[in-house]
Amino acid sequence: MRFQAASDQALLVYLGEEIGAPAHDRVVQLLRLLQREPLPWVRSIQPAYCSLMITFDAVAVDHAEVQARLTEYEKRAEKLPVERARLVEVPVCYGGEFGPDLEDVAAKQKLSAVKMIQLHCSRTYHAYFLGFAPGFAYLGNLAKELVAPRLETPRKAVPAGSVGIAGHQTAIYPFATPGGWRLIGRTPLQIFQKDREPMNWIAIGDQVRFRPISREQFLWQGRA
Amino acid sequence: MNSLLVESPGFQTTVQDLGREGYGTLGVSPSGAADPVALRIGNLLLENRPATPALEMTLTGGTFAFPEGAVVCLAGADFGAQVNGRPLTPWKPWAILPGQQLSLGPAKDFARCYLCIAGGISVGPFLGSASTHLLSGLGGWQGRALRQGDVLPIGQVTKRIRQRKLAPGILKKLCPGKTLRVTRGPQSTWFTEESVQTLANGEFSVSEESNRMGLRLEGPGLALREKKEMISEGVPLGAIQVTPSGQTIILFVEQQTAGGYPKIANVIGADLYSVGQLRPRDAIRFTEVSFQEARALWIEQQQLLGSRDRLFA
Repeated sequence: MRFQAASDQALLVYLGEEIGAPAHDRVVQLLRLLQREPLPWVRSIQPAYCSLMITFDAVAVDHAEVQARLTEYEKRAEKLPVERARLVEVPVCYGGEFGPDLEDVAAKQKLSAVKMIQLHCSRTYHAYFLGFAPGFAYLGNLAKELVAPRLETPRKAVPAGSVGIAGHQTAIYPFATPGGWRLIGRTPLQIFQKDREPMNWIAIGDQVRFRPISREQFLWQGRA
Repeated sequence: MNSLLVESPGFQTTVQDLGREGYGTLGVSPSGAADPVALRIGNLLLENRPATPALEMTLTGGTFAFPEGAVVCLAGADFGAQVNGRPLTPWKPWAILPGQQLSLGPAKDFARCYLCIAGGISVGPFLGSASTHLLSGLGGWQGRALRQGDVLPIGQVTKRIRQRKLAPGILKKLCPGKTLRVTRGPQSTWFTEESVQTLANGEFSVSEESNRMGLRLEGPGLALREKKEMISEGVPLGAIQVTPSGQTIILFVEQQTAGGYPKIANVIGADLYSVGQLRPRDAIRFTEVSFQEARALWIEQQQLLGSRDRLFA
């Protein structure tokens, strides 16, 4: 456990130095304890791969006090059982207009598009955290054959539901936003919907699988 | 219900309050007024709660009518407001009669002007706040900037509005600055000593490509000691991050909640409202303060904003 002041009102708590289940389980454990027994001066909690960022009410407390309380919390949190993950399935129509970068990535990796799709669907991904935009879940880790750098020039607008890959991660764009990930497909699901409970389709700690669907199935589901 | 009619929206006018905090696990950033100090004072002058939703105008204001009349107060930058051609003084409650037109022009000094209304703009909350989050199209008025013809409901006025005046010296004391005070960022030691010096001594210019998500800066480059991969982590409001291509960005109210670019410094809480009043091409500087100083400045600002006796004459 390592602390680092992030701003005059935020403290980073590192619970590991490597992306993977051991560090992330600790992140989720501490997050759950902070949610169950909220500290009055915590304004927000931002979990990530190996860290939590705590934004606090700087009128009430300073970094030293936040650090002391979090140290206590972490001691208790690490004894909590790791919660059982929820399995979430995401149907995806791969390639073509929905996945404009699929062929490119396949060619660079000397793989067929079919093999790329198989590789993307063959794994269960861990949802590390939500960030970038509401509901945007960072999922990992990709098969090494699918690891590709971000686009050099990000797209100005990525259609909502687009499934992208970047580095060792894959994710679904919940909204039409700018984006630099390589797009390999699109889901008809509403990944974030404000009138739904919960609003987010994928939550931190979920296990996520992708299932290939045809263009017809995509259009049919998109209408439902 | 009383209403506000948008006759022309201006460059980018959105509904904002003090934002929604605490939804980091959903990846939702707080949003909220870019200059929360102006919003709070504008509301207090109208006997509204400090967080009452108002219109945030950016660089160029709009033209508005109030078919049933309203009491309004402008706060923040001077947009040369007029009511039926007669100048309207900002930072004062003002009654707009039915049939009168409130029109605002380009910003004369800073970037953002708040049109606060007694009773507030009445829109349904998203995650507890009326703030518009433009990137995701959530919150505020239909999740977007206002358009010509929009008719927004105004809340009930419950209190009698007194003709309050700001205490002398308050506007000067709270005048947004172009030198931003910063604390060390979590990756400040990743940067070369020269870069840390450059941040402290150099002059930067706000790029045209700046918005509520972040302000891009032009100026001297900041470099890492060595190429180093960073694991994405939570990013605070006001973080000064540097991309691999050397682009320096100040993350702002609609920021992404996590990211993987190293952060050299962070604008202190007490100076964040100044960031909200920066315009493209503004020249800015940074100066480092300790975490203790930053906290003392924040507490002082919060106490001032919480004290009607000190704010008003």
